[in-house]
Amino acid sequence: MSQTSVMLDPTGEFAPAVRARLARPQSLAGKTVGLLDISKPRGNVFLDRLEERLGELSVTVKRYSKPTFTRVAPTALKQQIAAEVDLVVEGLAD
Amino acid sequence: MTKLPDGLIVVAKRDCPTCQLIEPLLAVLDRQAGPLTVYSQDDPSFGTGVSGASHDETLEHSFRLNIEFVPTLIRVEQGREVERTYGWHREDWQRLSGVADLGADLPVMRPGCGSKTLEPGIAENLELAFGTTKLSSRSIETDAEDLIEACYERGWSDGLPVVPPTPQRVLRMLGGTDRDPAEELGLVPPDLARCTVEKVAVNAVMAGCKPEYMPVLLAALEAALTEEFGLHGVLCTTMFCSPMIIANGPVTRAIGMNSGVNALGQGNRANATIGRALQLIVRNVGGGRPGEIDRSTLGTPGKYTFCFAEAEDSEWLPLAQERGIAEGKSAVTLFAGEGVQGIVDQKSRHPESLALSFAHALRAVDHHKMAMAGDAVLVVSPEHSRVFIEAGWSKARLLEELEKLLQFPGEEMVAGAGGIAEGVPESFRDKTVRKFRPGGLLIVRAGGTAGLFSAVIAGWAASGPVGSIPVTREVKV
Repeated sequence: MSQTSVMLDPTGEFAPAVRARLARPQSLAGKTVGLLDISKPRGNVFLDRLEERLGELSVTVKRYSKPTFTRVAPTALKQQIAAEVDLVVEGLAD
Repeated sequence: MTKLPDGLIVVAKRDCPTCQLIEPLLAVLDRQAGPLTVYSQDDPSFGTGVSGASHDETLEHSFRLNIEFVPTLIRVEQGREVERTYGWHREDWQRLSGVADLGADLPVMRPGCGSKTLEPGIAENLELAFGTTKLSSRSIETDAEDLIEACYERGWSDGLPVVPPTPQRVLRMLGGTDRDPAEELGLVPPDLARCTVEKVAVNAVMAGCKPEYMPVLLAALEAALTEEFGLHGVLCTTMFCSPMIIANGPVTRAIGMNSGVNALGQGNRANATIGRALQLIVRNVGGGRPGEIDRSTLGTPGKYTFCFAEAEDSEWLPLAQERGIAEGKSAVTLFAGEGVQGIVDQKSRHPESLALSFAHALRAVDHHKMAMAGDAVLVVSPEHSRVFIEAGWSKARLLEELEKLLQFPGEEMVAGAGGIAEGVPESFRDKTVRKFRPGGLLIVRAGGTAGLFSAVIAGWAASGPVGSIPVTREVKV
């Protein structure tokens, strides 16, 4: 059980205290999208459909899968995805 | 502070045997000595039966009463404290209470115990909750299990683990200086962010400083923020340099800085963390991060930390005194330094020979055909300094001789000479060229007592008014 801790900001405080999410891309044109199957049942059905729709938009798609949904992705897989794609869609549940 | 209740106040804790000894007296005081207030620091049942007894659960009363020991007996008249005693001293208790035979059957004296307010970890929390020190840095709340990792994720680290800057630690760090946490020391480049004493303390915590290092760090930062030192340029140049701190005077011994064996190396907390704290201030407060505004092509290990003390010797004037600081005072000198280049000369036993060795090594600063570009610090080891001192050469004499040796015919130095395209402009061909600008060569004594080795620490190739000038500031302790 984690507990909330407080630290004092060592910076010049020009940036927001909470990091903003990365801005979403204006369009998918020219981007490579990764589809990550976490190996839960029927995740592939959802991702197959996404791949089909993205294909219609002429977006490059790369497929990945975790060995098991019960563990975090292996570091090598995370590094591979980070190196190869611009965005990732992950199917999280059944 | 709210008005104190008139009469007597007793602060105690069950855990203290002397408090237990005086507990039966509370009922007597309550009956015979007028209004009585009892604050128990631990057991809510302490002083049961006394109407004015209460559990000082948050320790706020104890903190506000500045209790150092228990039991403490305080006499209050018209809302103001007039007298206090601590521990059990029968005469004092009888006088303060006006009860002539109070505790007649108890021993004359029993010492008390430390107040709970002063226990490690509690004092800082009480100061934060009830004290006058107000911290104004933004609070970052996190549920991270590992605060060191949280600091990494926020980009607050130089690559090594930092100590998480909790408010308690920052408060303790501020105890190392009398200066107001809100005092502004200047604008830290490149973001030109205002830097307060408190921000210095936050980064000092992260670097691993002890509170007593604060005066040295504050002086170093003040020197770094001067116009002459030119921190912005030092930071953003593609060259190697970085702020290096040379410390002098009694403070270096008081806080245990290293000027001896491995003085330029690792292993001494004060050297390591003062230098690192300055770098973290540049990174965190100023926003100077490598790859962003810091454009150094190669950098230097000194960008983690570079701070050492001079091994002062009665025969050689310490650097700070050469630069105008009174004897007996402490100071820091900031120098935009690169790395350490060793000079090995194990054969010279005469000052003339050793000075020539030094001159050859110093000529290599920047490039042996460049001149009046980078300053340099010559670090002379004790064994090498002995060669000069035994021959009657002061530091000033060595400097004078080196300046003579470091003048070269322009025809050797101009661009293209010797088949090397680098060099000074053609207009110097018929002139004598000085290697260093006046004031651009500093000499300090440091190192272990064994080893006929000295070192050159080259400065920024844009030394002098165009870039960075070494700056010395007194350390106010």
